[in-house]
Amino acid sequence: MSEPLVAIRGLAVDFGGAPALRGIDLAIAPGEALGLVGESGCGKSVTWLAALGLLPGRARVSGSVRLAGEEILGAAPAVLDRVRGGRVAMIFQDPASSLNPVHRIGRQVAEALGLHRGLRGVAARAEARRLLDQVGIPDAGRRLDAYPHELSGGQNQRVMIAMALAGQPELLVADEPTTALDVTIQAQILELLGALRRETGMALVLISHDLGVVAETCERVAVMYAGRIVEEARVARLFAAPTHPYTQGLLGALPPLDGPRRPLSAIPGSVPEPNGMPPGCAFAPRCPHAAAACALGVPEAVAVEPDHAAACLRAVRELLPA
Amino acid sequence: MRKAPLLEAMGLTRRYAMRRGFLGRPVEVRAVDGVSLTLERGRTLGLVGESGCGKSTTGRLVLGLEMPDAGSVAFEGQPMPAPGTPPWRAMRARMQMVFQDPLGALDRRMAIGAQIAEPLEIHGIGARRAERMERVAALLRDVGLRPDQAVRYPHELSGGQRQRAVLARALATDPALLVCDEPISALDVSIQAQVMNLLVELQSRLGTAILFVSHDLRAVRQVSHRVAVMYLGRIVEEGEPDAVLHDPAHPYAQALVSAIPHPGRGQRRILLQGDPPNPADRPSGCAFHPRCPVAVAICAKEDPMLKPRPGDGRRVACHVAQGEVPAPSVGRSAAGLNRPAQISKAA
Ligand SMILES: Nc1ncnc2c1ncn2[C@@H]1O[C@H](COP(=O)(O)OP(=O)(O)OP(=O)(O)O)[C@@H](O)[C@H]1O
Ligand SMILES: Nc1ncnc2c1ncn2[C@@H]1O[C@H](COP(=O)(O)OP(=O)(O)OP(=O)(O)O)[C@@H](O)[C@H]1O
Ligand code: SF4
Ligand SMILES: [Mg+2]
Ligand SMILES: [Mg+2]
Repeated sequence: MSEPLVAIRGLAVDFGGAPALRGIDLAIAPGEALGLVGESGCGKSVTWLAALGLLPGRARVSGSVRLAGEEILGAAPAVLDRVRGGRVAMIFQDPASSLNPVHRIGRQVAEALGLHRGLRGVAARAEARRLLDQVGIPDAGRRLDAYPHELSGGQNQRVMIAMALAGQPELLVADEPTTALDVTIQAQILELLGALRRETGMALVLISHDLGVVAETCERVAVMYAGRIVEEARVARLFAAPTHPYTQGLLGALPPLDGPRRPLSAIPGSVPEPNGMPPGCAFAPRCPHAAAACALGVPEAVAVEPDHAAACLRAVRELLPA
Repeated sequence: MRKAPLLEAMGLTRRYAMRRGFLGRPVEVRAVDGVSLTLERGRTLGLVGESGCGKSTTGRLVLGLEMPDAGSVAFEGQPMPAPGTPPWRAMRARMQMVFQDPLGALDRRMAIGAQIAEPLEIHGIGARRAERMERVAALLRDVGLRPDQAVRYPHELSGGQRQRAVLARALATDPALLVCDEPISALDVSIQAQVMNLLVELQSRLGTAILFVSHDLRAVRQVSHRVAVMYLGRIVEEGEPDAVLHDPAHPYAQALVSAIPHPGRGQRRILLQGDPPNPADRPSGCAFHPRCPVAVAICAKEDPMLKPRPGDGRRVACHVAQGEVPAPSVGRSAAGLNRPAQISKAA
């Protein structure tokens, strides 16, 4: 990989003794699309909130996050303000932090343009209109004066994307951008994200609990479990040769679209509580292949192949000649 | 004589008055608009469609929790008794509902064992307390929980365990019909699989019929014997899950199927124009026509009927799929599939 746009090393987050992230390593190349998947609570959102300095003060954050080589973890507020919404834009999962219901959408997009590109007045309005048009809002000129409640859920999501584009980001982090939407609208939004990436060359991190969504939209996938990345590979490779038992379990749990119907290979049990993390591999209590060694230490990620890493002792064993 | 199906709903219609804005005049919303469906004993009918198309309302109507404005429901060949009457209560014990949010469905201040015992007390099942406790233990085992977990409160269980507790409570009265309204959507993927497996297993053991409401076609295929696709208050296609999934006949079903995220499918998605329409402002003719990639002139004027299509008998409500009019340029069964992907404008 050429110099990464964003390089995260050993990112750890702790909320009052409960670890949420336990050492995340992740790199995003300029222009690439990376999917981040995993069960609820595994740390997908916290990874990016921590990287962009958006967690509340009581969160203890450590590690390193470099943007084009420059450290931004713990950087001065003024530096972070310029990064957020500028070089890195984020579409948040939390609906409360989305559009302001009492302001017209044109004003909200124009505000983002003022903040990140210094555009005001007529210029800001013209650019807001262009952005709404770019994200596929019909009759963008008139919709500038609409309030969020006058638009559908899918249209509001397009407005959110337009606001994120206002700072001409090099990286867009989209946290579950389609989860609340119907499947036919989800298809429109995913198509839009793909088209925008082709037009602008920005990189994309797509956070989703849906492996299928990520598979269609991204080139590479990182699978998270209990605050760590357990497997990372190119999409086709991950689906063809999942190596971590958790990834295998996720794929087995997805109902197939054809073939005979048989019970799904559900992963037994449920995710560990943050303050009851098992020793060693956090997946061991649910893992069909767990051995005594799995409880001894947290498995490090190892390269099973170039561009394919898994954090599982079995993956290492398979590499060793028998 | 042919035994009546377990559940037969005919022409169900339900309207709501909805006020637009604070002072707006109330407008009529036809949430369910002439839905007919049949469910046999021990079978599962999957009901799919987008938000607001009337799935939950249909579920409430077939359970008699709400009365239809038109149409009727027959359960085991008998018409639905008037709500609140003793025969209605007796029938209610034979049908149960499972909702999407297990935490909302359970009482936070009560141990799950006591909540599972509640329907037994209400319907006078089990004469003595010891007998009921025995039954609670058996129900917990049925759904894959341990009898000692009866003393747990909902917040002391994981999401999947909570949904199991909800299922145990629904099964307490040994119902012939379960209406499961999005029973897995609030759960994580790995837990969804556990609950789907459990539903299939319970059905084969207990012979319960299931109306499985979901927006997830994969899940519907996994658990259903038949599937009905709804659009704006109506069923637009109905058939075997594999037939509908592999060769959808209705253009809306085609779009739904093509939108299932699927690794390796490539970009053969049908992108519908626009948003799902407002049920208070139902388009003329076929309600799907403003978004339909193959609509022809008649579609805006005439309402297509749900009926078996010539040839294979698939039930579909579409002028083009029925072959009543030629499809515009593209082939009938691949309607729209070859259209180039584009950034669609939401109308
Ligand atoms: N502000 C906070 N205070 C305390 N704990 C938090 C806070 N934000 C997140 N957490 C905890 O950190 C862990 C990771 O949360 P995160 O939101 O990253 O999960 P996620 O993978 O995004 O899940 P989902 O799919 O549900 O969005 C969880 O255990 C969560 O409860
Ligand atoms: N009690 C009610 N009063 C007024 N309108 C209602 C009521 N219940 C439902 N509706 C309307 O009826 C239509 C159908 O709603 P319903 O809840 O049945 O849809 P659904 O298919 O279950 O959607 P979802 O997937 O979002 O659960 C919607 O437009 C809804 O707003
Ligand atoms: S009847 Fe016409 S508008 Fe409706 S689905 Fe068929 S082709 Fe499309
Ligand atoms: Mg999240
Ligand atoms: Mg519903």
